[in-house]
Amino acid sequence: MAELIDLVLLGMLAITALRIIFLKDLFAVVMLFGIYSFLSALIFVNLDAVDVAFTEAAVGAGIATVLMLGTLALTGRKEKANSHTALLPLLVVIVTGAALIYGTLDMPPFGDPENPANQHVAPRYIEESPQEVGLPNMVTSVLASYRAFDTLGETAVVFAAAIGVLSLLGLPKQSQATIESGLKSHLVLRVVAKLIIPLILVFALYVQFHGDYGPGGGFQAGVIAAAAIILYALVFGLPLATQVIQPKLLKILASMGVLIYAATGVAGLFFGGNFLDYNVLASDPVAGQHIGIIVIEFGIGVTVFAAILSIFYGFASQAERANIQ
Amino acid sequence: MILETLSTILLISGAFFSLTGAIGLFKFPDFFTRVHAASVTDSIATILIISGLILRTDFDLVAIKLLFILVFLLLTSPTASHALAKSARHGGLLTLAEIRDTQNKDNG
Repeated sequence: MAELIDLVLLGMLAITALRIIFLKDLFAVVMLFGIYSFLSALIFVNLDAVDVAFTEAAVGAGIATVLMLGTLALTGRKEKANSHTALLPLLVVIVTGAALIYGTLDMPPFGDPENPANQHVAPRYIEESPQEVGLPNMVTSVLASYRAFDTLGETAVVFAAAIGVLSLLGLPKQSQATIESGLKSHLVLRVVAKLIIPLILVFALYVQFHGDYGPGGGFQAGVIAAAAIILYALVFGLPLATQVIQPKLLKILASMGVLIYAATGVAGLFFGGNFLDYNVLASDPVAGQHIGIIVIEFGIGVTVFAAILSIFYGFASQAERANIQ
Repeated sequence: MILETLSTILLISGAFFSLTGAIGLFKFPDFFTRVHAASVTDSIATILIISGLILRTDFDLVAIKLLFILVFLLLTSPTASHALAKSARHGGLLTLAEIRDTQNKDNG
């Protein structure tokens, strides 16, 4: 049964990808990208990877769609017609694809527990992490403790992405509040948005601090919290949103998150352990792990929230400027 | 046993409404009728499927979470349909009946 569901989902994934390639209307393409992300999230759920599915649904289907729509507002929704022939690219793609398929012939059988990938460090994480880290959600143990250095790198990547986008687009100035924008006539939207934005923020906090016990964590929580503010900006207008969460504050928050994360690592050094070794943070190693994981997850959440929101601000302020002119 | 039968009935009728919504989305002639079909999937199918799922839990935390999801979806999906239809209206899209009326006026 699970195989059947997988096959259907993978088939729908392939169809969606083909439509994305052939459609010229970029607005529809963005919507299809959202569907593609939801389908991948479903496949991840079917593989019991709920944390990954959660991230895919929140980032891929939620935020990426909003950011791509923001880009479309700047570039226009029609793809330019291609004048040159596609023969050479087709040849390159066919050769590369053939090489990749040839490469998969040597891969170990799919899903076999004897595979090298399942024999390396995974058994140790599964057997030892309940004693060493003591978290019910093993994904968080691996992500935030065993692989904390990798996750620090990921957080830095998110931070760097925000810096890159901001250096190209720039943040909006806070003093534009005189400009009327937002959806004044949509009364229902405004009321419902007012009702659910606090709920979204509470849910973000739940995901943030419940990540030790269930699926979730800093990345998802940051994205969900940013989505709440993005919803606010879409319904009530960017100028109001920039008054609530100021762009200047976002700059500070984005760097603060990475700093909190790295400082936790340095604190480990300070107490006589290794970099990002949480065992030494408290007298009991497991309690130390708990403290360390909560703190770095908070750092991740803050950075992701600030990075996503400042990228959105960058796009939205450009679009607003284009509308005014 | 009764609960299980009830939940099966709810789930199957939910699946039926999802299916009719999807068919309507493809078959209906213009934007507003299509939004109507899609919103059927959003509202009644969601209620039926999630209530069916709640009946299959042990009425513990999972049931509460499903209830939260139901409330959230009931708040957001009709709002989304409403916003879509209203934006189309603001953009100047006419319903089929209005198009017919204007054509009749032009002819007569």
